[in-house]
Amino acid sequence: MKLTTEHSTNNMELQDGSHIAVIGGGPAGSFFSYFALDFAQRFGLDIHLDIIEAKDFNKIGPAGCNHCGGIVSESLIQMLSAEGIVLPSNVIRRGIESYTLHLEQGTHVIETPLKEQRIAAMFRGFGPLGSSDSELLSFDNHLLDLCQKMGANIIIDRVTEAKRTEDGIILRTKNNQEKKYDLVVGAVGLNPNTLNLFKSISPKFESPGTTKTYICEFEMPGEVIDEYFGNSMHVFLLNLPHIKFGALIPKGNYVTLVLLGSEISKDIVENFMNSKAVKDCFPPDLDLNKVTTCHCFPKVNIRGARSAYADRVILIGDSASSKLYKNGIGAAYMTGKAAAKTVIFNGVSKKDFNKYYQPVCRELNLDNALGKFIFMVTSVIQKSSYLKSSMLKTVNKEQRRMGQNRRMSAVLWDTFTGSAPYKDVFFRCLHPAFLASLGGSMVQVLFNKNSTK
Amino acid sequence: MKKNLLGRLYKDGETVIKQGEVGDCLYVIQEGKVEVYNELGDQEVKIAELGNKEFFGEMGLFEKDVRSCTVRAVGDAKILTIDKRNFYKTIQKDPTLAYRLLEKMSFRLREANKKVF
Repeated sequence: MKLTTEHSTNNMELQDGSHIAVIGGGPAGSFFSYFALDFAQRFGLDIHLDIIEAKDFNKIGPAGCNHCGGIVSESLIQMLSAEGIVLPSNVIRRGIESYTLHLEQGTHVIETPLKEQRIAAMFRGFGPLGSSDSELLSFDNHLLDLCQKMGANIIIDRVTEAKRTEDGIILRTKNNQEKKYDLVVGAVGLNPNTLNLFKSISPKFESPGTTKTYICEFEMPGEVIDEYFGNSMHVFLLNLPHIKFGALIPKGNYVTLVLLGSEISKDIVENFMNSKAVKDCFPPDLDLNKVTTCHCFPKVNIRGARSAYADRVILIGDSASSKLYKNGIGAAYMTGKAAAKTVIFNGVSKKDFNKYYQPVCRELNLDNALGKFIFMVTSVIQKSSYLKSSMLKTVNKEQRRMGQNRRMSAVLWDTFTGSAPYKDVFFRCLHPAFLASLGGSMVQVLFNKNSTK
Repeated sequence: MKKNLLGRLYKDGETVIKQGEVGDCLYVIQEGKVEVYNELGDQEVKIAELGNKEFFGEMGLFEKDVRSCTVRAVGDAKILTIDKRNFYKTIQKDPTLAYRLLEKMSFRLREANKKVF
């Protein structure tokens, strides 16, 4: 068996000629590759980087899909733009400029502060079954193209074996290729088989905790979507068991349904779809079964992995730590970039990862702990019509007045879009002005209720 | 102009930022072009034309001074605003976010030097 890499070193720092393998060409793998190549170029380091991805993101339907809600958050869009990564119009299926909050008590539209389209709705693959517009591009493929332009080598193959040697990691693929690398980066999402592969080269690694969610695509003419959904993400906070959050996201000729909660099943989905608030969003004569093109029950990361790194091995994105329920692509950016900075500027030893990479994962995990608390409070609100009416009243009052101090709207916006860390949301909820405004609405709702009686 | 782009749509000739006004946002062109003018008394001198992925308004991020130029859309342009607060919060955690900004500012300084000397 021939080893194709001639360069190898015992040194735990990358050097000219070092070889990096990135397993997985999703956003985490692409962000790592893009920034590693960018930093290496700035630093004057000549590295070789292979991205090994089994999927072809140009394929229509599940074959080219990475099973995701497909939202790039407001904060990530701003950061990517500042980095020079601008998403083209054929990747963005719709620019989102507001969200519509649906409760049993009513509906309210909350707009972005500057009335700009600042959230991108896209498809990770080419699109759902039935997609035909050849002008459109997959988000994952677009990022891979950027990496290729930066000098990455894309290999369409599946890694089947990883073996540690004294001075590197040898990877073997399904096509019987074998190569030794100075660093192996795992960006394999939550795929259990590939995650197990990492246990052989990082024995202390423990896979992330997961739960099952639901994603479904409805195909409709663009003008119907414009009329019923507009450029708004529709968010549902309904008193339904097992559902923490539901959203309908318009994208081109499709509307994506995302349901988050605990172990979402077919019955839970049916219960949600049959609720009045959801039915009212769609045209009255539309048979949803006929326009459903594809659906899936993908897993999401709800607990960070343990020991997501070892000498010459690092896991990123969903394979390591993600953001609870929201902005998984933002977490892929954070972990991918943090890993890229570490390997280029510091080194590839376990010690380097522990010092420079782990704090980013720890921050995400700590933030998720607060996120769990926020969603626990949200579950209490979901069950109480009194609290939901008070919340809606506060939002109504805020949206009527001018100015930036729309505290409840901003808290809801950041909770549902994942734009800000849960820590920010949590502390903003403790602000006296926020509490006073909500308290005032609660008194008013209570007073109105008593008057009606 | 394609409807799927992010940011705000500026029509041909519409002013994005005005010289002398206070502003603290950075702007990134998602698609389209803008022209940058320096107002000298009653006259306007065109000093640059910027296109896709380029940014402007960066001085507003670092200085408390008024805008030094006027920027207008040439044809329809979709432009995304980057908030000063968000930018600073992020850059505090990840200073590498400023690499591109520094690179561009350095390039603009070099170009300005060429014109002066």
